[in-house]
Amino acid sequence: MSNAPAIVAAQEPIRRTPVAVLELLRGHRRVAASFVLVAILFLVAVLSPVMSPHDPLAVSPDSSYLPPLTPGHVLGTDELGRDLLSRILWGARVSLPVAFVAVAVGLFGGGLIGLVSGYAGGITDLLLMRLVDALLAFPGLILAIAVVAALGPGLRNAMIAIGIVAVPVYARLVRAVVLQLKQMEFVVATRSLGATPLRLILRHLIPNLLNPIIVQVSLSAGFAILAEATLSFLGLGAQLPTPDWGQMINSGASFLNNDPWLAIVPGAAISITVYSFNLLGDSLRDALDPRLRS
Amino acid sequence: MTAYVLRRLLLMLPVAFLVTVGVFLLIHLSPGDPALIILGEDRSPQAIAQVHQELGLDKPLYVQYVIWLGHIVHGDWGRSITTHQPVAIAITERLPATFELGLTALLWSLLVAIPLGTIAAVRRGSVADQVATGITVAGVSIPNFFIGIVLIFVLSVSLRLFPFGGYVPFLQDPLDSLRHVALPAIALGTAGAAINMRFTRSSMIEVLNHDYIRTARAKGASWRRVVFVHALKNALIPVVTIVGLQIGGIIEGAVVTETVFTWPGVGRLAVESIFNRDYTVVQGIVLLAAFSYMIANLLVDLAYAWLDPRISYA
Amino acid sequence: MAFAHLLEVDDIHSHLAVKDGTVRAVDGVSFKVDAGETLGIVGESGSGKSMTALSIMRLLPRSGSIVQGKVTFKGRVLTELSEDEMEAIRGTEIAMIFQDPMTSLNPVYRTGWQVGEPLRIHRHVDTRTSIRAAADLFQKVGIPDASKRVTQFPHMFSGGMRQRAMIAMGLSTSPSLLIADEPTTALDVTIQAQILELLRTLNRDYGTATILITHNLGVVAGMCDRVIVMYAGRVVEQGRTEDVFARPEHPYTWSLLRSIPRLDADEHEPLKPIDGSPPDMVRLPAGCKFTPRCPFAIPRCAAEEPELLTVRDQLSRCWVTQAGATLDGDQGG
Repeated sequence: MSNAPAIVAAQEPIRRTPVAVLELLRGHRRVAASFVLVAILFLVAVLSPVMSPHDPLAVSPDSSYLPPLTPGHVLGTDELGRDLLSRILWGARVSLPVAFVAVAVGLFGGGLIGLVSGYAGGITDLLLMRLVDALLAFPGLILAIAVVAALGPGLRNAMIAIGIVAVPVYARLVRAVVLQLKQMEFVVATRSLGATPLRLILRHLIPNLLNPIIVQVSLSAGFAILAEATLSFLGLGAQLPTPDWGQMINSGASFLNNDPWLAIVPGAAISITVYSFNLLGDSLRDALDPRLRS
Repeated sequence: MTAYVLRRLLLMLPVAFLVTVGVFLLIHLSPGDPALIILGEDRSPQAIAQVHQELGLDKPLYVQYVIWLGHIVHGDWGRSITTHQPVAIAITERLPATFELGLTALLWSLLVAIPLGTIAAVRRGSVADQVATGITVAGVSIPNFFIGIVLIFVLSVSLRLFPFGGYVPFLQDPLDSLRHVALPAIALGTAGAAINMRFTRSSMIEVLNHDYIRTARAKGASWRRVVFVHALKNALIPVVTIVGLQIGGIIEGAVVTETVFTWPGVGRLAVESIFNRDYTVVQGIVLLAAFSYMIANLLVDLAYAWLDPRISYA
Repeated sequence: MAFAHLLEVDDIHSHLAVKDGTVRAVDGVSFKVDAGETLGIVGESGSGKSMTALSIMRLLPRSGSIVQGKVTFKGRVLTELSEDEMEAIRGTEIAMIFQDPMTSLNPVYRTGWQVGEPLRIHRHVDTRTSIRAAADLFQKVGIPDASKRVTQFPHMFSGGMRQRAMIAMGLSTSPSLLIADEPTTALDVTIQAQILELLRTLNRDYGTATILITHNLGVVAGMCDRVIVMYAGRVVEQGRTEDVFARPEHPYTWSLLRSIPRLDADEHEPLKPIDGSPPDMVRLPAGCKFTPRCPFAIPRCAAEEPELLTVRDQLSRCWVTQAGATLDGDQGG
């Protein structure tokens, strides 16, 4: 599982207006396409209660193992007769919020560490960066599993675990930008006048961070969804009877011989979702990273 | 060179210290009293106190850490709470299966990634390149457990080309061993193949723009010679980094794949142990995973210095 | 096989695709090089001199292509050869050395391995023999301690030594033509003189014809039998070096000559930089391309482009001199 930090640290330390969203979408077809995909996914998550033909938890033993394209059950039913389409649609309501919270944990936790580390410098920086190094010393999924093992299985703990895995990336990103800003003449000049440069840095931090953060957030959202599905697949994330995609693959894998769609449909759902976010992050990086612009 | 290695090791020390503290705290953050798991039915306060004393849990936390660290350094990784087997032995027994899986997966990923990444770079912008780039993003997006399940369904259940599950040690019967490891290795190696291909491609594109490539062309070297002799060696230097990290991350990758294929390796042991609340084993595996990852990082840096004559050890 | 000239470049047009259009980097260039001769090609960066050389070698960048014209070398039409046939000529018959010796050698291979490579590719010698040959070549081009140097990587060489190694590489197969693209631009002045002296010696001792591409007229003066001056992808003046230097017949050459410092010049006479900036190659003006910067321009220059015609002892692409006028310092001053 890749948790490599996106190589997108801001190049120009000057205040740069972020490329306007509309212009971005018009100029870059890949960005536009993946943006639409991600928007649809969010729409599904929001509207799943309205869109679902059945209650995702309603058990009906009489109509179990119905194959896809059965009237009334477009994607068929599972071993307990629950409608697969409804469970898939509700699954988006589990995956996307988990990703959202996990990325927020990483962004704010890592951002704070990076800001303090970069601004304070000296011994504080040294200690905090060793802490970040220590987090990076664990392979991503191992760290997530270790945290879940310590806190106990469950969706909430999975979110925290995935968020912690994302902390180092943001810590390094924010620190790098803060250090760049600190080097800049106007900050040095203000300092020589006796003013605190913190306010200046904060004012210039956001515009300088915006592009790399946007790219990193969409990439880590993809990672978070993948990690959540993995933890749930292992039984460490969402617990029964939550309609969770990873969890559904786990139970569907037992019926691979006769009813393979029970595993394949949720697998496709995860893959499409992660693909959309990765494509968005990837195309945004190409579009926003000045070094890659040809 | 020696000075460089020593300096790198010295830099690793504080990180290693923090890692051991983190792993140690794992047990102490965990909900539930290990004594209760060990004791099962008999939960008299005296029995609990006695177990606490045996495990050293009645001492202050930092004392416990120092004692624990001393044991770890001396190879005593404690005993499994459930099977009472020494943790070090429980892990070592499972390591060969994990290594066979991990290394086969890595080999598979490189066999796919280096030729495809090179072709994509040489013909960049072509349809082949665009397809390759699309596949790369897909390769890192599809969960490897799902790839494993699809492979099992298609190649094992439907076509009966490969056996499902079952580990045969390589030294016992190499051919049969490869037959058994093929599916899990492909499932595990696909994401790596995507990442490695992407790396090879971008690195190759960068290298092909260098002046020395034009020099080689001016000598009359054919395109094939330019790409495979002059460019590839340069292009693979950064790929070595990522491959080294992947070797260090073998245990991580194994967790999920071993569960899907009921492969008797360290990864599956980790998952089983979490469910059994066997924290000493989980702790041992996490520690091992972190340290092999850290050492891989170090070795990668050293390999980098060795491969690229421009980097000095100073 | 009998052939009139070693190299004949006949009306070459090479285009480069750029973001906002097409650059006609080489726009109808023709010249000839005879065996043993040294030809200088002079011009500012972007004038098309390097692109002309790369067109001869058929090594244009990915975005470039030869759209028209013919290059004939020893009676063979290079522009019609297959890629395989062209590879058999590169590095054997025609060798090329480049501007920046720091980046032109492969960092991960030993210098001896690289210098001996043309022998392995074209003469099919084994690696050991080729490296021994490289050590001999190192001695010839003045790299001391040659047998040790061949085992070193390029980063252990200074810039001047790397350019010597590049020259050794070019000479390994005794080519009939050596194209040197700004071989001294990236080097210190003292090293520049040494490298030029080396090229001169090699040209004299081995009779290798040389095309020397440079933006420095001083280099041409000491090195070349004939000189071509390029501007905006065209040849604007061509002739024997002493004729062109004694009495330039194109205002661009005239301005270039006035912009170089001369040892014998009156020290109070200030240097005259050329006015204006190099042309935008995507949007070239009509008429003579030098008109906007030309101190002698007449109305006709902006309307109609002149041909390259004989003016006294050389060729010039200028309405003014073709009409018999002389380029006079006072007029331009």
